[in-house]
Amino acid sequence: MKTDIKLIVDGKRLDGRRPDELRKIKIEAGVLHRAEGSCYLEWGGNKIIAAIYGPREAVPRHIQNPLRAIVNARYNMAAFSVDDRKRPGPDRRSTEISKVISEALEHVILLEKFPRATIDVNIEILDAEAGTRCAGLTAAAVALVDAGIPMRDIPVACASGKINNQIVLDLGKDEDNFGSADMPLAISPRTGEILLLQMDGHLTEEEFDEAFNLALKGCHIVSELQKKAILEKYKPILEVE
Amino acid sequence: MTILPSIKREYLIKLARDGKRADGRTFDEYRKIEIEPGIISKAEGSAKVKIGKTQVLAGVKMDIGDPYPDIPEEGVMTTAAELIPLASPDFEAGPPKEDAVELARVVDRGIRESEVIQVDKLCIEPHEKVWMIFVDIHILDHDGNLFDAASLASLTALYNTLVPIERLRSTLEKLQEKHPSIKKYLEEHPKDYKLPLRDPPISCTSVKYNGIVAMDPSLDEEETAEARLTVATDKNGHIRAMQKGLNGTFTQEEVKKVIKASIVNGKKIRELLYKSVGK
Amino acid sequence: MIQQQKREIIIPSQLLGEVKLKKAGRGTFIENGKIYAEILGILDEKSDYINVIPIKGRYDPVENDFVIGIVEEAMASNWLVDINAAYPALLHVNETPWDIEFGETEKYLNYGDSIMAKVLQVDREKKIQITLKDYNLYKIKGGHIIEVEPSKVPRIIGKKGSMISLLKKYTKCRIFVGQNGRIWIDGNDDDIKKVVETIKMIENESLSFGLTNKIEELLKKDAKDVR
Repeated sequence: MKTDIKLIVDGKRLDGRRPDELRKIKIEAGVLHRAEGSCYLEWGGNKIIAAIYGPREAVPRHIQNPLRAIVNARYNMAAFSVDDRKRPGPDRRSTEISKVISEALEHVILLEKFPRATIDVNIEILDAEAGTRCAGLTAAAVALVDAGIPMRDIPVACASGKINNQIVLDLGKDEDNFGSADMPLAISPRTGEILLLQMDGHLTEEEFDEAFNLALKGCHIVSELQKKAILEKYKPILEVE
Repeated sequence: MTILPSIKREYLIKLARDGKRADGRTFDEYRKIEIEPGIISKAEGSAKVKIGKTQVLAGVKMDIGDPYPDIPEEGVMTTAAELIPLASPDFEAGPPKEDAVELARVVDRGIRESEVIQVDKLCIEPHEKVWMIFVDIHILDHDGNLFDAASLASLTALYNTLVPIERLRSTLEKLQEKHPSIKKYLEEHPKDYKLPLRDPPISCTSVKYNGIVAMDPSLDEEETAEARLTVATDKNGHIRAMQKGLNGTFTQEEVKKVIKASIVNGKKIRELLYKSVGK
Repeated sequence: MIQQQKREIIIPSQLLGEVKLKKAGRGTFIENGKIYAEILGILDEKSDYINVIPIKGRYDPVENDFVIGIVEEAMASNWLVDINAAYPALLHVNETPWDIEFGETEKYLNYGDSIMAKVLQVDREKKIQITLKDYNLYKIKGGHIIEVEPSKVPRIIGKKGSMISLLKKYTKCRIFVGQNGRIWIDGNDDDIKKVVETIKMIENESLSFGLTNKIEELLKKDAKDVR
């Protein structure tokens, strides 16, 4: 990675943010008619839509787990969501991201309530700008609540990284391309348990601690936004005269 | 798979015999149409269209590529559609099945045969390099009449497409080394410019169930339907594309009535499209 | 006197109380002696139980519930029936009032047929069995079927059936509300339409107070206009 590009000067990043500042986030629950639960989310330049179908009986029968539900998360990027058009269909990167997101969600959903079933989580990236897996998981979590799926917590994700030897929160596009570390983190905000953790780049142990704590802080801020979005959708039904 | 209960089917048929539709519309009336252009920043052009509760998103991406050998001085367009599992409990993940392929091809022909895109103006270096246009349709919410929503979204996306000179400037400059005449092309087109287009054809879809023909079918009407007919008409009221689907039949009389209604609605929808892109 | 209970929207993971002081009811789970919400819902504290009543979610079958099912598949000695739950339900030939020969199931119930049934049994693996063996259970003919969120069913029925009685009175329609969120309506075209519209309104405003009175006023007014 070329690091002679100045990504941060005097505590100000290329887009004007401070090191510990998140990009602008907007969350809306219940935006689709057919899906049982859904969420539209904007995070910086990311535009994501997540939809839930299920729980429904898993088919074919041989994939059923007789004791609990299976979470089938599918992360997909639209062909027009990136600079150079992406060929439609899953690639290895989407497959891997789908897997780590499924695993994160499996921990918080009360799966034992739905033996032999599958919960289908669809995450579509419509417009991409770094940090899509964190934004995708965050949107999927809101969609799951919207679908009435029983969960022990509402998972949330946020990434931190390193640019020009400084630890910063929520990498933006150029920071992702030219920075020297990127660490997405997903947690169960109520307990602090880590559901998803990946890192690529170069961090010392001290840098890791700093990056981790910063990402954790980011997660808690975003968690409040998720809850606010859900209440915004459902509070009005209480107030109708 | 979701099943339409026979009772619902019979109810729709009974209503139709009494000259009514379940949602109170007349038989050639459209649901509310909402058009939102330019919502995807990474795309060269984009649009989200809502017809009733159906939602479709289309994005246009452009790139530089080789022309087809039989049309060496024309831009190349391809259309793809994804019936993503997001949009309906009946859509499965995986490569496009015949429904998605038919949808993409019908939308594609509507755009191609009416020559909406002035492909002769998309040549960078004859026989060597031309502009490639990729139209990708993403169904987001399926409540009936995906054909018209997809077609309208694709056209609106084309109408706000800017040819990406800036994004591909370095590629173009590199190509100059091999094809010096590209220098002239860059001089004529120093920055992003609007995709050269002609008047759009508008597609109108109708279905037939138990002898009744209804335009802009709701999901229930589509599931009750035996036959489907999509007619694309231009601003002069001429027919540019047609597609009949499903295994039922139409009489010639019915087809003529559908054509007439398509011309009328086509004009109205074209006005909506123009209004949304500020034409 | 109507007691106006303060209604609060609860989200999963919300702390609701302690096991020492209260009992964990519907829609909650216990962790480290504390009671938390597990679903999106409305808080409902009755005696010393803390419950969360769901606002959304698929129908959760309960034995003896009346449901409207749609036949998915006819097999040799039973049918697979969609009851809007996470799983399809099984109807065995022995659970019908008919005398059916082996392999003749299609003669009685086929793909797309609607039935008024009762939930017989739900086992630990969530295998659901339904029955048609009751005097008020049968294959449905005519009318129209709509679907609402199962969580809205209690509101559509109303306290002691108050809401549904209003609908029947002012529209002269036959109406049956399945616990699984499917509703069957029969009457003339305009009355069916009126019922559908009213039910949609109840669905949207289900948690507001004074809804029953509001609906009654609207229905009364329309009936007067027609006369």
